[in-house]
Amino acid sequence: MRPGQARPAGFSLRRRLVWQFVALSLLLVVALFFAVRFAAERASRASQDAVLGAAVISIGDGIRAVDEGLQLDLPYATFSMLGAMGDERIFYSLMIGERLVTGYQALPQPQQVPGDLSPVFYSDDYKGSRLRLAAITRRVLLENRMQEITVVLGQTRYGQAAIARDTARGALWIGVMFLAFAVPLALWATQVVVRPVDRLAEAVTRRGPHDLRPVRHPAPRELLPLVGALNGFIARLRGALKLAETFIFEAAHRIRTPLSLVRTEAEMALAETTDEAVRVRLRRMVRAIGESSRSATQILDHAMVLYRSDQFSAANMDLATLARSVLRAVDPLAELRDIQIEADGLHHACMIDGDERMIEVALRNMLDNALKYSNAEGAIRVALTRDGGMARLSVTDQGRGLPAGDTDLTAQFQRGDNVGDIVGSGLGLTIVAEVAMAHGGRFQLLPGKEKGACAVLYLPLS
Amino acid sequence: MRFLLVEDTDDLAAAVASRLAMDGHGVDRAATLKEAREFLDSAPYDLILLDISLPDGDGRDFLARERAARRDTPVIMMTASASVGDRVSTLDQGADDYITKPFEFAELQARCRAVLRRHQGVADSRQHFAGFIFDALAANVTVNGEVRELRARELRLLEILLSRPGQTYSKPHLIDRLFSFDEEVSDNAIEVYVGRLRRKLDGSGARLETLRGVGYRLIPE
Repeated sequence: MRPGQARPAGFSLRRRLVWQFVALSLLLVVALFFAVRFAAERASRASQDAVLGAAVISIGDGIRAVDEGLQLDLPYATFSMLGAMGDERIFYSLMIGERLVTGYQALPQPQQVPGDLSPVFYSDDYKGSRLRLAAITRRVLLENRMQEITVVLGQTRYGQAAIARDTARGALWIGVMFLAFAVPLALWATQVVVRPVDRLAEAVTRRGPHDLRPVRHPAPRELLPLVGALNGFIARLRGALKLAETFIFEAAHRIRTPLSLVRTEAEMALAETTDEAVRVRLRRMVRAIGESSRSATQILDHAMVLYRSDQFSAANMDLATLARSVLRAVDPLAELRDIQIEADGLHHACMIDGDERMIEVALRNMLDNALKYSNAEGAIRVALTRDGGMARLSVTDQGRGLPAGDTDLTAQFQRGDNVGDIVGSGLGLTIVAEVAMAHGGRFQLLPGKEKGACAVLYLPLS
Repeated sequence: MRFLLVEDTDDLAAAVASRLAMDGHGVDRAATLKEAREFLDSAPYDLILLDISLPDGDGRDFLARERAARRDTPVIMMTASASVGDRVSTLDQGADDYITKPFEFAELQARCRAVLRRHQGVADSRQHFAGFIFDALAANVTVNGEVRELRARELRLLEILLSRPGQTYSKPHLIDRLFSFDEEVSDNAIEVYVGRLRRKLDGSGARLETLRGVGYRLIPE
């Protein structure tokens, strides 16, 4: 991945793991809180019930029928036991049937009829407080009939509720402490899990653009299917690239060789014919072949430049040496039309960091262009100088110069409006501009001093 | 000059060979690297035109073996692939130059000349006619001991006229061979070069004759 490029959108496995872990922990803490509160409440209620039950039974046992009516012996020992439960209030009532005999008015009565022996326990609100109540009945012979006496004993539960609340709060604190440890722990644990994925990605990213060997990076077993798929993909890519290379080479060979034959035969026919009409036809044919060949070369060059700018890797190189070798290759073509190429400043090394093949293509296109638009017996001047932190390579011709107006001749397939009579694809200067851009340099096309044009390529010095 | 043409496409080899013969060169044709080796063992050559892909191997490997054995006959590779990678690698392997198919014949000639010029001393490029000596590689004529430089088109014009002295060449024929097919030239353009060449050959005992309506020829006076 190149710097500055946005990461592709997608969920983070790590974040997802952490969230799941934290949410689960939170749920557990809440459950713990409620479970502890419930258990504490039940335990405190059970102990309160035991005392209340004993108290109400002993009150019930204190009821006796005497001649004058009822006699109640309040068991004070029992009440002191109730008092030991804490700072609570106690309510009681004694009723014969629906009639209150003694005690508090309207104390909540039990829903079901309590038995003789075991008291009934229940909770209810009374005078703004939550009460725990115990009730018991006794059958007494009174006024010559058996009458049912209900004894109800209630106690507030301030202290009991506080104990339950404190216990639950303690549990909550333990839970929160657990969470506080759990979050960093989860972060660390997920990082350990995800790290092999990152390492694998890094190993793949660090590879050079032409490294298509299978991935041999050690990976955990869970990642092996991914590595396998990746290697399968790399193998297919390598196969496809090889096929494309072979195909391009084969295609070029199979197309260019017969074209070569056509061209040579046409040139020979041209040398032998005396018929003017045939001659014109043959010339057109030869031109078309030349044009198709040049376009194919430029399109391939353009594709190469695009590919190499995408996978840009620069090496230290001497621009002067490269320029000399390009000039040597172009010189015979210039000589064909008696064009002199003068070189200036090419005998001192000029080191830059660049991609030699891309720059070769750029220089060749600059020179091709200058040659194409030069008149026979003209001159082309190639000069290499230093300008600030840049190497400045200029190719000046004495041709027809630039079109009037501000046409951008470096745009793809854009040609000047003054070159209708010369064949060209309009790709040459685009290639040069792209090469300059990939190197952090720039390309300029200026009008010559008197006539002609001056193409200038700036490339940063190393 | 003696060429060895190593090219497996028979038609193309025949066409290039007869085109070279038209300029007065001797050409042997080899269709495989094995044949090429046999030709090279039996006779000296001034220049080898070598195709890259041949039935029994890669021309570049052949070239590398030649150079490793210190056999330095100049080589121009003929490549069907125009990719820079191939251009660079052929030169690295010791080729003197390369040319991309399909090529203009004039370009091939120009490249041959440039390569041979760099290998000066390999071939005697001088030709005597009437009272002057023509040196194609040095691009000059010597008339009465005076060396006169020739420009490229004058040189090619003289080369054509000298390949069959006395034969008449028409204007269109000379135009096709002197000018690139990419340029549009008028028939009169040739007169400029004929005029110049006449001045260079002044006093040489050779006459560049204009046959009105027919063409030009070079004859001894």
